[in-house]
Amino acid sequence: MTTPLPDGQGRFGEFGGRYAPETLMPALLKLEDAFQSAWADPTFHEELGELLRTFVGRPTPVYRADRLSTQLGLNLLLKREDLAHTGAHKINNTMGQALLTRRMGKPRIIAETGAGQHGVATATVCSLLGMECAVYMGVKDIERQALNVYRMELLGAKVIPVTSGAATLKDAVSEAMRDWVSTVEDTHYIIGSVVGPHPYPWMVRELQKVIGEELIVQLDGSSLARTPADVIVACVGGGSNSIGVFHPYLDEDVELVGVEAAGHGLETKEHGASLVAGSPGVLHGAETYMLQDDEGQVREAHSISAGLDYPGVGPEHAYFKEAGLARYVSVTDSEALEAFALLSETEGIIPALESAHAIAWVLREAESLAGKTVVVNLSGRGDKDVDQVKALNG
Amino acid sequence: MVDCDGRAALEEIFRKASQENRAVLLPYLTAGLPDPISSLELFVAMAEAGADGFEVGIPYSDPLMDGPTIHEAGLAALRSGTSLGGGLEIAGAVAKETGKPVIAMSYVNPVLRIGIEKFATRSAELGISAVILADLPVDESAPFQEAFDAAGLGTVLFVAPTTGMERLRAVVQAEPVFLYGIAEVGVTGEREEASQRVGDLAASVRSVTDIPLVLGVGISTPDHAARAAAVADGVIVGSALVRRVLDAPDVASATESLSSAVSDLAKAVRV
Repeated sequence: MTTPLPDGQGRFGEFGGRYAPETLMPALLKLEDAFQSAWADPTFHEELGELLRTFVGRPTPVYRADRLSTQLGLNLLLKREDLAHTGAHKINNTMGQALLTRRMGKPRIIAETGAGQHGVATATVCSLLGMECAVYMGVKDIERQALNVYRMELLGAKVIPVTSGAATLKDAVSEAMRDWVSTVEDTHYIIGSVVGPHPYPWMVRELQKVIGEELIVQLDGSSLARTPADVIVACVGGGSNSIGVFHPYLDEDVELVGVEAAGHGLETKEHGASLVAGSPGVLHGAETYMLQDDEGQVREAHSISAGLDYPGVGPEHAYFKEAGLARYVSVTDSEALEAFALLSETEGIIPALESAHAIAWVLREAESLAGKTVVVNLSGRGDKDVDQVKALNG
Repeated sequence: MVDCDGRAALEEIFRKASQENRAVLLPYLTAGLPDPISSLELFVAMAEAGADGFEVGIPYSDPLMDGPTIHEAGLAALRSGTSLGGGLEIAGAVAKETGKPVIAMSYVNPVLRIGIEKFATRSAELGISAVILADLPVDESAPFQEAFDAAGLGTVLFVAPTTGMERLRAVVQAEPVFLYGIAEVGVTGEREEASQRVGDLAASVRSVTDIPLVLGVGISTPDHAARAAAVADGVIVGSALVRRVLDAPDVASATESLSSAVSDLAKAVRV
C-alpha cells in the first residue's frame, strides 16, 4: 500500500499546499472538513452512487477498438468517459461537489471553464439540484466553444466573459477565485480539475478516481477474458481525468502515461506542457509545475484544445513526475488533429480534442507498443470541437 | 550581522503615530506605473503630501487578491518593463528618496522563482522594511518568515473578517511586523460605502494583541480612512490612488491628483 496522499497540509511530496488569500482560508479549511465528513458518510456515497448510475450513466463502458488495434498492431481499449452524461468525465466531480455544497448549506455555485465541458457539467448539476450557477469563461474560449456557452445558458447558468490576460482557462480560474474571495460566505467554488489550493486536488481526485476503480473491475472480468492493461494513457491539462484513471493503478504493474499539449511545438513556447517543459512554482494556490518566465510571471499557454490550454497542472502529477510514478509526454496540435480524424473514421467515435492528444501519442508510439494492451481514457466527446476543426480544415 | 534598519524604521512610524494619537497612512501604488522613472516621482509627491510610508506593489501577471484596477496597473507596469527585479529596485529607490519605510507587496510565485533567501537579501539591501505576500497564509509562512527575519525584514500577515479567533491567535503567534486587516470580504478595489465590518475585526484583534493593525481593501475616501483610523493603527489606500494614475492624461496631472488625494487622506487619519 502506498502512503496516503496528500498529507495533512495538502502536500504531495513537496507539491500542493494551500497558498490562498486569508479571506479564503477559513472556507478552505471548512471545505476540507466538510468533504472529509461527507466522504466518510455512507449516505453521501449512496446518494452520489445512485446519481452516478441513473443520471450520469456510470459505469462507463470499456470498448475494444478492433479496427484501430489491427491497424496499429496492438490491443487498444477505450474507457468511454465520452459517454458520461454531458459528454465528459467532468460530471463525476461536479456531481460530488454539488451534493457537498448542498450539505454545506450554500445556495450558490461558481465555476471556471475552458473547453466548456466543466461549465456544462456544473450548470447541469446546479439545474438538477436547483442551485444558482455562474460560470467564468475566457472570451477566446467563448468564441471557440460557442455551442457549450449556449448549453450552459439553456441549463440556467450565467456565463461571465473573462477578458483579462489571454482570456482563456488560466484567466477564468483567476476570475472565479476573485469572485470567491468576495462571495465566499454563501458561495462554493467548484474547481474543474485537480488544481488549486488544498483540499481541491485531493477532493477532485477522490471524485474522479471512480474512472480507474471501474476500469480495474472491468478489465478483471473473466466474462470477456480481457487481458489486464499494460499501459494506461490519458491527456493532462489540469489533470483530473488522468489522475482519476491513474490513481487506483498506483500499486499495479502498469505503465501510466500522461499526454500534455505541445501546441505549436515545445521549441516555440506556444504550448501547454507544464510537466514536460515547465518548472516548479505556485499557481492558483498550489505548488506544482507551471509555465513561467525567469522572474516568476506566469506564461500564457497555447493548445488547440481549450481544455489543455493551461499553464499549470495538478500537484499530484508534479509529485508523480518527480517520484517516477508516471511518465509525461506531449503531442502537438497537428498530431492531435490527425488522431481526431483517424478515430472518427476508423471507430465511429469523434473524440474531444483533449482526448485526441492521448490517442495521438498511441499512434506515434505504435511500434514500441506493439502487442501490448493499451487503455486510453477517452475523457470526452468531440461534438464541441467539430465547428473549430471544420474551420481549420477550411 | 543583519541590518535591521528597514524593519526598525517601520516600527518607528507606528510608535510615533501612537504618541500623536493617530493612525499611519500607507498609500499603495504599483511599481513602474506609469513608467519606472515617473513611478518614483509619484511616490515622492505622496511623501511630501503626508504619507507615513508606502506599500509598493510588485507587478504580477496573476494577482488573485487584486481587483480590476490593481490588476490593470500591474499588467501595464509589466508591459512597460517592470517585473520582480525592477519592481524591487523601484521600491528601494522610494525608501531612499523619501526616507520613509517601504513595504513590498508581491505574490508567492515570483519570490519562489528567484529563491526566498535571495529575495530577502536583495530586498534588505535595497532598504525595504517589510514584505506582504497576498497569497501567503500563516499556514505556509514559516520558511518565508525565517528568511525575512534573517535578513532583517518584517513579515506582514493578514486577518480577514472571515478569520476566526483560533486562526487569529495563530497569526498573532507568528509575530508579524503588523497585521493587515482586510476591511472587506473581497478583492482590492474602490467601494462607495465604508466597510461595516472593521469595528468587529479591530475589536477581535485588540482582544488578543498589541501588534499594529493596518486596515486595507476597499478604503477609498477620506471618510472611509477616518473611520478605519478610528479603530486601527494604520490605513492602506490602494485602488483609489492607482485609479487616479491610470486615468491621468500625463505624469504632471497624476502627481497633482495624488498629492491632493494623499493630503486629504493624511488629514483624515489625524482626526
